Amino acid sequence: METYKLTVNGQPKEVTVDPGTPLLWVLREDLRITGTKYGCGIGACGACTVHLGGIATRSCVVPVSLVGDRPIVTIEAMAEDPVGRVVQDAWVAHDVVQCGYCQSGQIMSAVALLKTAPRPTDTNIEESMGGNLCRCATYVRIREAIQAASQQLG
Amino acid sequence: MRATTSADDDFLLGRRSFLRVSATIAGGLIVSLHLDLPLHAQEADEAAPAPKVYPPDAFVQIRPDGKILIKVNRLEFGQGVQTSLPMILADEMDADWSQVIAELAPAAEVYKDPIYGFQMVGSSSSITHSFQQYRELGARTRAMLVAAAAQQWDVSPARCRTEASVVHGPGGQSARYAELAEAAAKQAVPASVSLKDPPQFRLVGRRVRRLDGRSKCDGSLRFGLDLDLPGMKTAVVARPPVFGARVKSFDDKDARRIAGVGDVFEIPLARGTGIAVVADRFWAAKQGRDTLKVEWDLSAVERPDSAQLWSKYKTLARAPGNVAASRGDQTKIDTFAASDRIVAEYEFPYLAHTPMEPLNTTIRFDGDLAETWAGSQFQTADQAAIAEVLGLKPEQVTFHTEMAGGGFGRRATPDSHVAREAATIAKRVRGTPVKLVWTREDDVQGGYYRPMHVHRVDIGVGPDGMPLAWRHVIVGQSITAGTPFEPLIVKDGVDSTAVEGTADTRYDIPAFHVSAHHPTVNVPVLWWRSVGHAHSAFVMETLIDELATRAKADPVAYRRKLLKPDARKLRGALDLMDQKSAPWRTTLPAGHAAGIACHECFGTAVACAVDVSIENERPRIHRVTVAVDLGLAVNPLGVESQFQAGVAFGLSQLMAKGAITLRDGRVEQRNFDGYTPPYIVDAPVAVDVHIVPSGEAPSGSGEPPVPVISPAVVNALARLTGRRYRSLPLVAV
Repeated sequence: METYKLTVNGQPKEVTVDPGTPLLWVLREDLRITGTKYGCGIGACGACTVHLGGIATRSCVVPVSLVGDRPIVTIEAMAEDPVGRVVQDAWVAHDVVQCGYCQSGQIMSAVALLKTAPRPTDTNIEESMGGNLCRCATYVRIREAIQAASQQLG
Repeated sequence: MRATTSADDDFLLGRRSFLRVSATIAGGLIVSLHLDLPLHAQEADEAAPAPKVYPPDAFVQIRPDGKILIKVNRLEFGQGVQTSLPMILADEMDADWSQVIAELAPAAEVYKDPIYGFQMVGSSSSITHSFQQYRELGARTRAMLVAAAAQQWDVSPARCRTEASVVHGPGGQSARYAELAEAAAKQAVPASVSLKDPPQFRLVGRRVRRLDGRSKCDGSLRFGLDLDLPGMKTAVVARPPVFGARVKSFDDKDARRIAGVGDVFEIPLARGTGIAVVADRFWAAKQGRDTLKVEWDLSAVERPDSAQLWSKYKTLARAPGNVAASRGDQTKIDTFAASDRIVAEYEFPYLAHTPMEPLNTTIRFDGDLAETWAGSQFQTADQAAIAEVLGLKPEQVTFHTEMAGGGFGRRATPDSHVAREAATIAKRVRGTPVKLVWTREDDVQGGYYRPMHVHRVDIGVGPDGMPLAWRHVIVGQSITAGTPFEPLIVKDGVDSTAVEGTADTRYDIPAFHVSAHHPTVNVPVLWWRSVGHAHSAFVMETLIDELATRAKADPVAYRRKLLKPDARKLRGALDLMDQKSAPWRTTLPAGHAAGIACHECFGTAVACAVDVSIENERPRIHRVTVAVDLGLAVNPLGVESQFQAGVAFGLSQLMAKGAITLRDGRVEQRNFDGYTPPYIVDAPVAVDVHIVPSGEAPSGSGEPPVPVISPAVVNALARLTGRRYRSLPLVAV
């Protein structure tokens, strides 16, 4: 067991866990921040997407020992993020969600996309969102909401 | 026919209305109506069984702050009933929609499906079965509120009107529902309630956004897997590599050394046995499970193998099975020359549901009581199963319905195997809540798949290109054999879930014969969203398309000609799809082709057209136009959303890695790397949904989107490549 100092959504946190514990489970079980979801555990579905050092990252395959001093941002902080808030509002306005389980990850990927490509093309969207599985397959509305958020962000 | 049970009738008889005031956790008061209700809500045919009447207080709470809580008697797992059922009730009640909150109801007699007498989600029946129920609940609540106001004002109730949670009197009086709730509960129950005429609807028929939209976008909504109870443990189970195998011996020394791992013990499973690892955290439990050294006894179990099963199934398909449908001259098919026949053999592999939220159930067992939290499609069965394992009565098991991250049938298990596993573990760790989690690997490899199927069809084609004789053999495991559903669903040796969409086709074929073989295979099978329709429609709609091409006919016109005259909904959907898609279908760029399919299931008729090209040996779906007749669309926005996404879900069966296969008894796929559902690039870029205007009773929208898309896509591919695609998944085009 090792002790790690983490910065999660701007807050300093300290956890004592096995170094191999994926960041996902540190967030969900040690810090009880559960908006980040477990879907596959192998980085194949994107439900666990967080921003690690500003980059959309699959938290299920990042051992906590490799986080270092990079800030961790989760879906819970998106309402306070200027891009995050707009994306969430677009998601609600376009009634994107169905079961909703993957949508934290979808939104985290979409926010990361819009921060790097404010005017995304269809190809940009497919590349950035390409690893986020939605089993309900709400993809048409995800595309619409991303484009609407892009316009809103002007 | 409405099923009634004596237990339900009990609470209707001999009780007095009373007011229930109870403290909420937050410290406020809930004032709810508890009513002594008449048996007849409305004028009823004397001879007909008495319609069931539901107590509004089990479904509606009017809070002092004006919030109106509406209970949903179904699991919400994406299909949208958590919004549409409250819309129905709130509309008749004239509730202020902005103040409505919805809650999933626990397992209880009163929340059972009004028709099935079983609390469940399935057969796309939630709205179909509860539309009238929720309307009456809303109308009753409104009538009580109006009566209370009329009494206060000394006016006739008939002179009062309601709007947005306010009763307005004839002299300009007004009172909020929250103010009236207490007096309303003391009112005599009206002998009958009148329901709105459809033009009076304020919510039903409008595009209403989901009530759970925001909470599913900000991380605040808690799914079953997010449950966090004081002292809670997590359990993960080592499962046999072949279904039904048993633990011969195991070594848990290394597992027990992992920090946080508590107990490790063998448990019975629905098939075979396994080793449960209970830990403080999921990660420790999973590490513990993965560290176990288990020797399995495979001696007594059949080891299914996909290659052998295909061979066996294809042999079976060459002879008729148990008869599902037979009409016309059955010798007719033999009179056609080879040149006038189409013989087609189709392969459908096992499919896993893989809902995004892995399966889980949490139970706390205290000896004489238990509490359960689960996203279940079958609350009644799961509650009873847990009670049985724990030696309790079902009513001693409080069963909370948790919001679920998808399901598609996977959370509707007749054997309640996940609930039983969780109860078995909870029994051992008595007094401590324990959450059983299936990892994704457990889910992909754990069975309960859509059965593998072979269809073999022999068609005799007439001189005008229309099918005159049709002999169709379906081979696949029965989903319901050996379950409590068997007597209802299996007739004359045919499981209707295997032949639905074929035996009841809406096409008019003079000599028609459908039969089925149901081999027994050591692979657990289950209904997968749209059940038999997804493979049946694929066969029917690709063959009809092939026949149309052979006849050099327009695929829409050919279908119109072949559909039975009474296939009214399907004709309407086909016409609307034709009209809406004609502009783009007639102006497609080079390298693109349109594909058509239509299908009716669960009372809903669907037609679709797709615009497809080929990129990297895969179909690229640029556009889909869908037309649907589902009677009155309660929430057209929800219907649109279900169809846009549901057609993309339907593409699961075309995915290159869209198959579960077995080799020497072992499932060859482990996770989403080997079994891959559609991602954004695989899904249609745009889907436009058109609803046939209708005032008829509503039918479902959960499953009907699924069957049409795959045949439409391969019909388009056939136009591009000249090839017919009969073996799924679609590995390469």
